[in-house]
Amino acid sequence: MRCSQIVMSGTLLCAVLLSSACSIQPWVKPYERDRLADPIMAWDRDAISSAYMDHIRESREGSRGATGGAGGGCGCN
Amino acid sequence: MIAALLLVRSTSADVLPDNRADVFWSKYSGGGMDITGYSATARAKITENFAVEANYFVDKVSGASVDVLSQASVIKDERKQKSGTIEYLRDKTTYTASYTSSVERDYISNTASISLSQDMFGDLTTVTLGFANTQNKVGENNGTANDPNVAWLGHALTRAYSGGVSQIITKNFIAGLNLQVITDAGFLANPYRSIRYLDPTNPKGYSLGTQVYPDTHTSTAVQLQGKYYLPYRAAVTAIYRYYTDTWGVRGNTYEVDYTHPVANRWIFEGRLRYYKQTAATFYSDLFPFAGSQNFTARDQNLASLDNSTIGAKVTYAFWPEGWKVFKRGTVTFDASRIRFNYSDFRNIKDFGLPDYAPGEEPLYKFNANVFQVFVSVYF
Repeated sequence: MRCSQIVMSGTLLCAVLLSSACSIQPWVKPYERDRLADPIMAWDRDAISSAYMDHIRESREGSRGATGGAGGGCGCN
Repeated sequence: MIAALLLVRSTSADVLPDNRADVFWSKYSGGGMDITGYSATARAKITENFAVEANYFVDKVSGASVDVLSQASVIKDERKQKSGTIEYLRDKTTYTASYTSSVERDYISNTASISLSQDMFGDLTTVTLGFANTQNKVGENNGTANDPNVAWLGHALTRAYSGGVSQIITKNFIAGLNLQVITDAGFLANPYRSIRYLDPTNPKGYSLGTQVYPDTHTSTAVQLQGKYYLPYRAAVTAIYRYYTDTWGVRGNTYEVDYTHPVANRWIFEGRLRYYKQTAATFYSDLFPFAGSQNFTARDQNLASLDNSTIGAKVTYAFWPEGWKVFKRGTVTFDASRIRFNYSDFRNIKDFGLPDYAPGEEPLYKFNANVFQVFVSVYF
């Protein structure tokens, strides 16, 4: 019971925070993101190559995971 | 939480990446193994909001790692992997679903995954959530390379939960945080690797035995990364990853990359990576006797080890301004050299009695070279 209350409260809090955050003004304006839009600033320019290197490492190391980039950079469009 | 994220809506639309096709070749040599890989990938937007991608990858393996060679013959095998991905973009949210099938003679793996990526806060922030479910069928080839005799040993189920945030900090700096929790259940041991234990009745001073792993495994990895645009046109990337799991392995990864384009034809990249891990709690290079503990492993991946990588990558645009229907065409060469050092895994293939008593053989170390060549066209 207590666990479900915590989950519900957390979900509600996230929803409120994220909804209210829609009004946040971006401190880096869209017209200031030309450098971030440069292909050299992409987290992963060549996904096949990165996946291959991850596969090589995971086959020889005990560690795995969390190497993927979260989305594609600056959203300059 | 997903429902909460979906509450965030915006009126402006994002875009899916350009169409792209790649042909890829790779070569890994090191530690007694040679692996050659071939791959083809095509990605196309069906509409402005809907894209599909297909990939085919073949790995040809010859040789075997040192711990396998200490007990078995040279391995020849081939892995064929097919995957398909669909992407759907709605406002600021990208939904992705993919399916991957990987088949080897003695290992079959099928993965289904879903993820969503949401741009928010004026496109300064991208949040990604993902889930993947993998079913593995594990076997052992008791025959030879040309006359296989595969015994299927069991199944393993893997579930991966991931979350990530990519955040624009300044007009020159972007940072990211990724978290991934992976759980496994089932047959998790490598059937080709063995433990060794002291055995005075054996002329070598030791005998080999079967590894016994726990049938569950949960890992947590967190990666923090930052990318900075330098005062001139170049970028530097710093990456740190911390890893921990229920088998007692703790890993730390540090990486620095430098990317330097020249005009619109060349992109040069250099990278340094260092990785260090502790051993699993049930790992030992030499057990005192057979059955000395419930779980036993001598898989070199679970040993205490570190490795260092130095790598370089060059991309040349042969169609920098496009040609006919193509927007751009590039060819990329990538080379890495990796030095592996083991702190408690000994080389019993090349050393032994009478010069080296069990447990006193030199520690194992080896170098590996990795080469990649791929051609990419954007259209």
